Amino acid sequence: MSRPTEGNEDEVELAEEVISGNGEIDEVMEEVEEGYTSSTPTSTLTWISWFCSLPGHEYFSEVAEDFIEDDFNLTGLNTMVPFWKEAMEMVLDVEPDEDSSRIPDVSIVEASAELLYGLVHQRYILTRAGLQSMVEKYESAAFGICPRVYCVGCNVVPCGRSDLPGIDTVKLYCPNCNDIYAPPSSRFQGVDGAFFGTTFAHLFFQTYRELAPAPFYKLSLSADSSLSPGRSPLSDSGNSTSRPSPFVNPNPHGGQKRPEGRVYSPRVYGFKVSEQAKSGPRMQWLRLRPQSPDELDLVDWRGRWIDDEYDDVDEVDEEDRRMEDFDPVGDLF
Amino acid sequence: MLGRTVEDVSSGSDSDYSNSWISWFLSSKGNEYFCEVDEDYILDRFNLTGLNNEVSNYGQALDLITDNLDDDIQDELRGALDVQARLLYGLIHARWIVTARGLAKMLEKYKRVEFGRCPRVLCQSQPLLPVGLSDIPYEKSVKLYCGRCEDVYSPKSSRHGSIDGAYFGTSFPHLFFMVYPNLIPPKVGPIEIPPTRPHESEVNKRNRRTREEPENPENVTEPGSTAAAALKADRYRPRIYGFQVHEIAKLQRWQEAVRDRQVSRLEALEDLS
Ligand SMILES: [Zn+2]
Ligand SMILES: [Zn+2]
Repeated sequence: MSRPTEGNEDEVELAEEVISGNGEIDEVMEEVEEGYTSSTPTSTLTWISWFCSLPGHEYFSEVAEDFIEDDFNLTGLNTMVPFWKEAMEMVLDVEPDEDSSRIPDVSIVEASAELLYGLVHQRYILTRAGLQSMVEKYESAAFGICPRVYCVGCNVVPCGRSDLPGIDTVKLYCPNCNDIYAPPSSRFQGVDGAFFGTTFAHLFFQTYRELAPAPFYKLSLSADSSLSPGRSPLSDSGNSTSRPSPFVNPNPHGGQKRPEGRVYSPRVYGFKVSEQAKSGPRMQWLRLRPQSPDELDLVDWRGRWIDDEYDDVDEVDEEDRRMEDFDPVGDLF
Repeated sequence: MLGRTVEDVSSGSDSDYSNSWISWFLSSKGNEYFCEVDEDYILDRFNLTGLNNEVSNYGQALDLITDNLDDDIQDELRGALDVQARLLYGLIHARWIVTARGLAKMLEKYKRVEFGRCPRVLCQSQPLLPVGLSDIPYEKSVKLYCGRCEDVYSPKSSRHGSIDGAYFGTSFPHLFFMVYPNLIPPKVGPIEIPPTRPHESEVNKRNRRTREEPENPENVTEPGSTAAAALKADRYRPRIYGFQVHEIAKLQRWQEAVRDRQVSRLEALEDLS
């Protein structure tokens, strides 16, 4: 990943170079799918469209040019991007000044343009227009699906682990398991996670609550068998006969989608591996949801059970019911 | 991993093995997760009990995978037989990899990270093991089990997504960590695969059919308690402008309270014994 080698000392320069925008953010043009062009942008293609069409850049949204032209949106970025002026000209397809010959190599400006675009992108996708363009990509599964089997193909969104460039590559956040994954293809290993940032994924699901799975899950007995995850290698069972009833999370700010709540339960010869075995399950809590939203209130803000008196056996049984069940048989180990 | 040759597989017994059906099968694209089943295991009919009911043309399919099929058999039948031979090999494979020798072969593949790495970022590229979600063929494709987060994932490549999970079975990775308890991955820290010593009592208990003992293991220390292992596990905490997301934070506190309760339960049990 290209990182800024040194900060641009001359911060004042910025204000003069940026065409002052009108501060309005219109809807983004959605003509991303232009196909790949091999090398440099042609006259018919803007630099932004070209950049977003490169292999590995599939997660990027096209930032509206007037967003980049509004210098309020760029506050502080000029110190992070070397050759700021030239990079801006490249991103906005502005003909460079005559004195741009002071740049030794165009590839340096290209790296700066990428950094500039990426950092602007981090901010843009937090705006209403940016979120809107990302939700369109999300709904077409442009970011892929969660690799976890029991998330049953839940769509994911890109996220960064840092807002500063040069620290880590882009990751994928799954709203069903609230976890992050490495993108499946190595072509994303060159994409900086800061170009998506740490906030976007979560602001996204706060904004589109109907896309966020709720934090509780009740196994509906009728739907259980048809919800089996994964694809059958050869035969295809025509399932999804009965659609479950509409789903509501009483928390109006919370996820409003029915979650995929099943948790993997290890078995040996059909018997559940007991937690008492040394190799027994230790991590099911990481994926577990309570059956009702009220149960979330049984734990206080420090993470302790408010009423610590519970019956061991009953609790284990109750949790077990939420574990995935293929053939209900007793414990062996 | 592609086009892997026979020398790679640890026990290259026969010399002209490279032309065998099994070596052809193992080197076919998409079959990278399979290990080589020892010929004497296949030739011991006891190990194949019941498979004649699962596979049509069982006798000829068996002849094909053991390279004993008559040369004058028609090409038409040979094509159909090939499908049955793959099914038969897969079902034998599922039984083989839960024997002492089969586990040892899969261990070698695990050490070479031939099943890929966990896609979960906080698992820090933990190597995976194949697992089935059903032991019945033609139901579910093969999945990958992570010993660190203890969850199952879909293979990245579609060519593995079409391999039948029953050829690996539901038990294999769990038996693997029962037999090699010192390989149970720690919940944090970098990936390292320690020297292995199979847990003898487990091996004997699980594999009464297998006649020989596993290779003599190096002397390693008995793995410690795993009762509180989960407390060390790292997890992702979603944040908006640096602040935790309320509903998710609440769910995570509840999950961690469930975890803490399990830890106290397991520690209480340990104190008793
Ligand atoms: Zn997920
Ligand atoms: Zn994992």
